[in-house]
Amino acid sequence: MGLLSDPNRRKALTGLLTRLNTPICIVCYLAGIVWFMGLAFEPFTLRTYMSENAMGSTMVEERFSSGERALSLAKEFDAHKRKAGGMPVEWLVKAMQSRGLEVFTQSFSRKLPFPDENKERYMVRGTNVYGILRAPRAPRTEALVITAPCSPGNTNNQAVALLLALAQYFRNQIYWAKDIIFLVNEHDLIGTQAWLEGYHHTNITEYISGSLRGRAGSIQAALSLELSSDVITSLDLVLEGLNGQLPNLDLANLFYAFCQKLGVLCTIQGKLQRNDWDTAEGYTHAAQTMMLMVLKQACGRSWGDHGLFLRYHIEAASVRGINSFRHYKTDATTIGRLLEGMVRKLNNLLERLHQSYFFYLLPSLSRFVSIGYYMPAFGLLAVILLLRALDLWVHLGAPALAAVDGVTEAEQPSSPGVLTVLTPVVISHLTGVALYLLPVHLQEMAVEHFPVSETEAVVLTAIAIYTAGLALPHNTQRLLSGEGTEQGWKVLKLTALLYLAVLLGCTALINFSLGFILAVTLVPITASITPALYAVVMVLLSPAFTILYCVFIYQELIEAPVSVSEGWMLFLSVISQGILDHALYGSLVYPLLALFIYPCWLMFWNILFWN
Amino acid sequence: MAAPLTLLLIVAVTIRAVLFRSSWAELISERVEVVSPLNAWKRVVEGLALLDLGVSPYSGDVFHEVSLSLIHFLFKSILGSDGITAVALYLSIQTYNKNVFRKQKYALESDRYPADCLELLRSPKEMFYIPLKVAMFYLLNPFTILSCVAKSTCGLNNAIIALFILCTLKGSALLSGILLALATYQSIYPLTLFAPALLFFLQRLYIPVNLRRSSFWFFTLQYAFIYVGSLVVITGLSFFLLGSWDFIPSVYGFIFSVPDLTPNIGLFWYFFAEMFEHFRLFFICVFQINVFFYTIPLSIKLKEHPVFLIFMQIAIISIFKSYPTVGDVALYMAFLPAWSHLYRFLRNIFLVSCVLLACSALFPVLWHLWIYAGSANSNFYYAITLLFNFGQILLVSDYFYAYLRREHHLTHGLYLKKKDGTEATLVLK
Repeated sequence: MGLLSDPNRRKALTGLLTRLNTPICIVCYLAGIVWFMGLAFEPFTLRTYMSENAMGSTMVEERFSSGERALSLAKEFDAHKRKAGGMPVEWLVKAMQSRGLEVFTQSFSRKLPFPDENKERYMVRGTNVYGILRAPRAPRTEALVITAPCSPGNTNNQAVALLLALAQYFRNQIYWAKDIIFLVNEHDLIGTQAWLEGYHHTNITEYISGSLRGRAGSIQAALSLELSSDVITSLDLVLEGLNGQLPNLDLANLFYAFCQKLGVLCTIQGKLQRNDWDTAEGYTHAAQTMMLMVLKQACGRSWGDHGLFLRYHIEAASVRGINSFRHYKTDATTIGRLLEGMVRKLNNLLERLHQSYFFYLLPSLSRFVSIGYYMPAFGLLAVILLLRALDLWVHLGAPALAAVDGVTEAEQPSSPGVLTVLTPVVISHLTGVALYLLPVHLQEMAVEHFPVSETEAVVLTAIAIYTAGLALPHNTQRLLSGEGTEQGWKVLKLTALLYLAVLLGCTALINFSLGFILAVTLVPITASITPALYAVVMVLLSPAFTILYCVFIYQELIEAPVSVSEGWMLFLSVISQGILDHALYGSLVYPLLALFIYPCWLMFWNILFWN
Repeated sequence: MAAPLTLLLIVAVTIRAVLFRSSWAELISERVEVVSPLNAWKRVVEGLALLDLGVSPYSGDVFHEVSLSLIHFLFKSILGSDGITAVALYLSIQTYNKNVFRKQKYALESDRYPADCLELLRSPKEMFYIPLKVAMFYLLNPFTILSCVAKSTCGLNNAIIALFILCTLKGSALLSGILLALATYQSIYPLTLFAPALLFFLQRLYIPVNLRRSSFWFFTLQYAFIYVGSLVVITGLSFFLLGSWDFIPSVYGFIFSVPDLTPNIGLFWYFFAEMFEHFRLFFICVFQINVFFYTIPLSIKLKEHPVFLIFMQIAIISIFKSYPTVGDVALYMAFLPAWSHLYRFLRNIFLVSCVLLACSALFPVLWHLWIYAGSANSNFYYAITLLFNFGQILLVSDYFYAYLRREHHLTHGLYLKKKDGTEATLVLK
């Protein structure tokens, strides 16, 4: 505690920090970026390993052999799906019943706040069908879930068929210690959400759903299966869930272990693993994989049906079959065996998966970066805000701080009233509240007056309010105190810097990627802002432009680059999806941006127009 | 000054009423930072229901309030207690400031201050708004608001302590003793406020603290008698109301032995959750002694400044007590404007305010990660608890240092020289 009580050393330290503030900040920023990029470099990462004992030592022998039957089932299912023009509920119920499961259905309906143009739905009505295989060997207190979404068109038939074939096979085995629930859900995430809410007796997102008549124990883990062709070339593992939540790393390890064992090509973010980490291409590949993960996690939406399970403390992942034009092919039997193996290992669990990491980034399936390694990258960015705040504090309270040594005289200039700072804060936040509430509530009015569809109305209203916010809150302090003082904007900046630091810190804890991306764009501009700065720079680094950049980078990384106009359209759809995700599943990214990040950014914007 | 205070009260009540009505109220009343097993409203309701059914409310592990509170609750809403606290604090600080100013005037007239520290003296102009600021700090502090909206009985405890301070400063030994007994009866820890109150009365009556003087012993015994007497009466009263001594183990045993390890903002829960059972007694003694032990050195050091000592004691209680909530923190934070003249001597105020702000934001975030998302664990939450308490301790010790330093300057002059003539610095060691 010497540093905190010895005035001489304190003085030396604060002196150093204020004198070298700008260089230190620049070094911190560069170090943060370099650190982050270094995370993808293989020697700096750790090899994944199975932490959970219950899944490690016991090898299981996979005997599933009815892959061919599954494929013929898929054709049958397809035919019934066409006939029913949607999910063939009766056929599914019969098929599950004939395989010896306890079958139940749940109907649900949900009116979207505005039409979803990507998936062309507005009033959603559907039915979930699920069958429970009761565990013969244990009290029925725990359960596993295998789910396959019943998608429109002829996609995902194979997944449903494989699910049924697995159910038939599993029914004849005697080693199950957990109930296994086979769920076929309609309308992908909406169905999953309705089923989960029904299962857990919660209602958080205004679904109208029937209650569930059959239940199993508390769900320990879930696997979601997406398969659209008879043979596949590789399996892709999807981990990113709602609000950037990730399942326990052991689930990924389990998948990887079985892929290795059965010789199935496995990918993450659609990228195969490479072994040449010491070449530039190898590093770029790993960096791209990691960047994709960061971008996907940052947007806070659920990238598969598994994402919604995570909120209920259920470890879940999606396994997606990919059929590209490689020579290497895997048939349905092997995929069935892979799933059998995974489920059997999960069946061996004695407690919930908790041994391994929950906070990680994956540059490849066999390598991971844990929270202890990636947090410093964010910390280096966040510390800039604190350093700047300290600098401002020292400058503002020069007389107060000089009291550290003896006491120096200096008449403190009349400090700006609380009102001059409070007014911009309040106005910014009111704009934020408007941005959060108005787009959805004003859509009817907008549709009446402008020739746009509801979705466009919502997105364009959001953009309009966002832009209007830039014009709104200037110069309130002039009305109050006549002329904006130097002191005034410094106090405002100090407040805003601390606010941003706390905000980003909290965000990074919940969703590291989001916090980091926001920090990368917001920190340089907020740290260096003075009334003399160009407004254009400020706008180019605002939250909305951050989203736009992310859209372009994402398209670049998935090797589907887009032109500017396409990018713009994607940007618009990202906004509408963000609002929908918030309304439908409770994703927090939109409220976070609208209610906190944007107002905080507006506070800095206000400084620009201080004089 | 009554008008601004009334306005403030109206604003404060409006905020609380709005929050009460909103859907947030339920959420807030479940937060572990705001309610503890000792003061949760849910438990009070449960206790009342048990009493109605003719069952002793202490028979289970739900209710740990003392019985007289039960009776209180029938009449009095918690909303009122915040107002009472604020007004009591307002009046106490007003009285205190008058005293301070009078003393300062005498000292000035008798020319006791060194010439160069006139700038350290306090002017009536800057002192005028302090009582109002104190009331504002209490009423508009988010911690108090949360605690009030959660209907935590902590507000009641604060009200009694504030009334005790008021009666002490007004010089009524009888009322002060009774209220102190009431506060002690409610939560034991205010026991340590006995020392500052006694010092205050001794100072007020010009009785020197001298163990050989009979007048010192006479008054001490008199005050102790009032205090102990009313404590006995109150305890006896609750025995007759309930017809059993059940409440003693259930309330005081519960406070001392810390059987409920629900996480809170204090230091106890994690430590005792990790502890081997056979060390438990020893470490409970070590942890509990913290609250009481500092009374002795602080009373010796601050015997001339009992009101500051009261502040220090309240702060120490709220840091080291076994089930602290943010309501307790709010009470001592309300005093901070009263020491605004120490601002120039504070050294870590920036660091402390950053730490306290960040912690307040991080508590719910880490709780969410731990309990709902299941991805973090208790270590994350406890780390923030530690940091929060570190911030509080730093805040209190900073004010302590600043207070002592100002007093030092007032006697030795503002510009200190070392023996060799260079400028000297003061270090707290």
